[in-house]
Amino acid sequence: MFGYYLELALRSLKRNRVLTVLMVVAISVGIGASMTTMTVMYLLSGDPLPGRSSHLYYPQLDAETGKSMVRSHPADLLDYISARDLWSGHKATRQTMVAGAIVKLQPEQSSKRPMMIEALATTSDFFPMFDVPFKYGAGWRPEDEEARARVAVIDADLNRHLFGGANSVGQTIRIDGNDLRIVGVLDKWRPSPRFYSIAGGHAAADTSDFYKPPQGVMMPLPTALDAQSQFDWFNCWGDVDLKHMDAAKCEWVGLWVQLDSPAQRTAYREYLAHYDAEQRALGRFDHAPNIRMMSLMEWLDFSRVVPQDVQLQTWLAFGFLAICICNTVGLLLVKFLGRSGEIGIRRAMGASRRDIFMQCLVEAGTVGAVGGLGGLLLSWVGLWLVRQQKVAYADLATLDPGMLVLTLMLAIGASMAAGLLPAIRASRVPPALQIKVT
Amino acid sequence: MAIHVKPILAALRRHRIATMLIGLQVALACAVLCNALFMLSNRLDLMRKASGVDETHLVVLTLKSNGKDLLPDTLLRIKQALRGIAGVESVSMTNAVPFTAQTGEMGFRSDMDDPRYNHEGHFYVADNDFVATMGLHLVAGRWLGDAEEARSDTFLPSGPSILMTGSYAQSVWPGKAPLGQVLYTDGAQRQVVGLIGDLIRPNPEPTALYNTALITGEQVVGTVFVMRTEPFNRDKVLRAAIDTTERLAPEVVIDETYTDTLSALRDAYFASTRAMAGILCGIIVAMMLVTALGIVGLASFWVQQRRRQIGIRRAIGARRSDILSYFQTENFLIVGGGIAVGMVMAFVLNLVLMRFYEVPRMPLAYLPVGAVALWLLGQVAVFGPALRASRVPPVVATRSV
Repeated sequence: MFGYYLELALRSLKRNRVLTVLMVVAISVGIGASMTTMTVMYLLSGDPLPGRSSHLYYPQLDAETGKSMVRSHPADLLDYISARDLWSGHKATRQTMVAGAIVKLQPEQSSKRPMMIEALATTSDFFPMFDVPFKYGAGWRPEDEEARARVAVIDADLNRHLFGGANSVGQTIRIDGNDLRIVGVLDKWRPSPRFYSIAGGHAAADTSDFYKPPQGVMMPLPTALDAQSQFDWFNCWGDVDLKHMDAAKCEWVGLWVQLDSPAQRTAYREYLAHYDAEQRALGRFDHAPNIRMMSLMEWLDFSRVVPQDVQLQTWLAFGFLAICICNTVGLLLVKFLGRSGEIGIRRAMGASRRDIFMQCLVEAGTVGAVGGLGGLLLSWVGLWLVRQQKVAYADLATLDPGMLVLTLMLAIGASMAAGLLPAIRASRVPPALQIKVT
Repeated sequence: MAIHVKPILAALRRHRIATMLIGLQVALACAVLCNALFMLSNRLDLMRKASGVDETHLVVLTLKSNGKDLLPDTLLRIKQALRGIAGVESVSMTNAVPFTAQTGEMGFRSDMDDPRYNHEGHFYVADNDFVATMGLHLVAGRWLGDAEEARSDTFLPSGPSILMTGSYAQSVWPGKAPLGQVLYTDGAQRQVVGLIGDLIRPNPEPTALYNTALITGEQVVGTVFVMRTEPFNRDKVLRAAIDTTERLAPEVVIDETYTDTLSALRDAYFASTRAMAGILCGIIVAMMLVTALGIVGLASFWVQQRRRQIGIRRAIGARRSDILSYFQTENFLIVGGGIAVGMVMAFVLNLVLMRFYEVPRMPLAYLPVGAVALWLLGQVAVFGPALRASRVPPVVATRSV
């Protein structure tokens, strides 16, 4: 029966080409726009570490002194003393400190000009904790941090630029005037967003920079402190000496902990509260406790990382899709009722209401399928346009297999839903009357 | 011409579903259109904001630093060399210019006893050549003199005096004369001695545009060089500036993102705003087109369905213009109904967007704009089918189609 309906549908669609094209275009454009924005939304709001993120937590407190008011939220980053104390407490399965910096890279060959690149000062747990893939070598060991060893891990892009992509483990790179020995080269790693170094998201107008690729160089935090690297700082109070950040009254270090069980989480929250109380007793903190520990996804959510424009575009696109569907309902109604004569004859010859209903739905579904293919093509074009934009997440905007299936399903589903009302109306056409009139 | 609304409404009652569909589509289109137009105009507004500097005369060269590789001596030598480039009228060394990186953001107090830093602004810190190079002008008070020269290489140099953008100073000290007021930063206080014309911050946003202050001094060094030249000379000066810097100091790193003519930097800064404006335009046009096509489709169907009735009306004396105006009026009524609902939906949609995003309240004036646009769209879309209807000959009445 389906084959017959399909044939009828194709015939009918061919008969009134203008109307058919109108419907297909409306569905295509609506689906294309909404799938483009949906795909970008999906890629930007996804879980950067599926399976692991629920075990990763972000402890926060407020170390700023000299204020008479407590902030409504704890600071986005920690001062070095708090971060180091909590980190060296080893109360979690794994824990790592992260701090961004701008460093100068002097290539060995004098023909290449020096570069200023983003670096990440962190600790050894960073690599296993975040499941960072290595192409060559591995991360440094905890002993390297204690020894303030001059070691570094570089990413695939920098390895290609400096060493032509060869195994560079054991080679040295000159960072801020110090020679660092490469111990590991990363494989392709592109978490979306760069979740481990996000600060200030909830107050930022444009958050697209949170989707930058990972830093090109990673080195032990104590080593970077020794080198007096230029760290990114978030907030400073009191006299600031940016050359001695280990003692500076600045918030600039993020702390991530891995807590595998609810019991461990409760214990860590208590540990955090205990530390806060202890520091107040020591006189280092001077206000009421302001502590918090969010999971990775909670932190991303709180930081509102998905750029607002992307979200607004998604809203608009779905509003547009609703208009397109409305439009299609109207046109299908026109089409089906315009064939009242034909339907009347079919009914008179014995077709049941259900047959007419099914026939109309198949026709609507066919329009949806063709429109869906058109929409797919348009979202492919749309994503290409997104990639041409100069935003940090541009390279992430590619067609996603899951989204591809969803596009077609959405298109067919939407057009079938659009066909529902017209199909019901059409199936109510009485048999005899139509024969009489025509 | 008397338009008979009653028979039209009676006819529409017989096509309730189709009428409601068009109405719903128009309502949705009205809701999206008003909000999209509002967002579009916000973005166009932002892109048009004056920077307060002589944009077409300026070329910018920015150095990237790791905080210790750029010695004051190197910076001064580079400035000296840039001044020697043919066509360069003056050079200034500063921490930032409009549309480069934000480097001097700082919280401050307007009241010494306030426990919080209740204001936040961008502090431009520049050498004494900044004012002439950028083409700033004074609104009230005076420029900073040599006696109050800014000193030291901390984040914000110390000095007793400061200049502020006039409109911003007004908002910091509402109802008071800003001149002579004192601004408290961490561990220092500065008196406002001069007000300058609106000077835009490096990264203007809808909520923060001209919240800027300026400190100048002979000893100030910075990593941004700005050169003043004739507009036709800019590209040549830019190339020469890069060459000169690379030759003079091979060890420094030029920040390509922020090295260009100021006009180009402005374009680059607003690239994503422009992209969003383009997307909004695209959605508006596509939506209007789809709505119009929907109206054409349904109206054509109705015309075709009513050929006999039209013929009868014509046969009993209706003129062509009567038929035409019948369909135009019918569309006017349907779209009108849609708009009435749509304006409420537009208002609600704006409230929802305000709740979740940094979208300001939409002025009510956008509602009639969207309404009129859709009314016109409806009239234009229905004109074709209505014209076809008016051409139905009276003789149709006598045939059974």
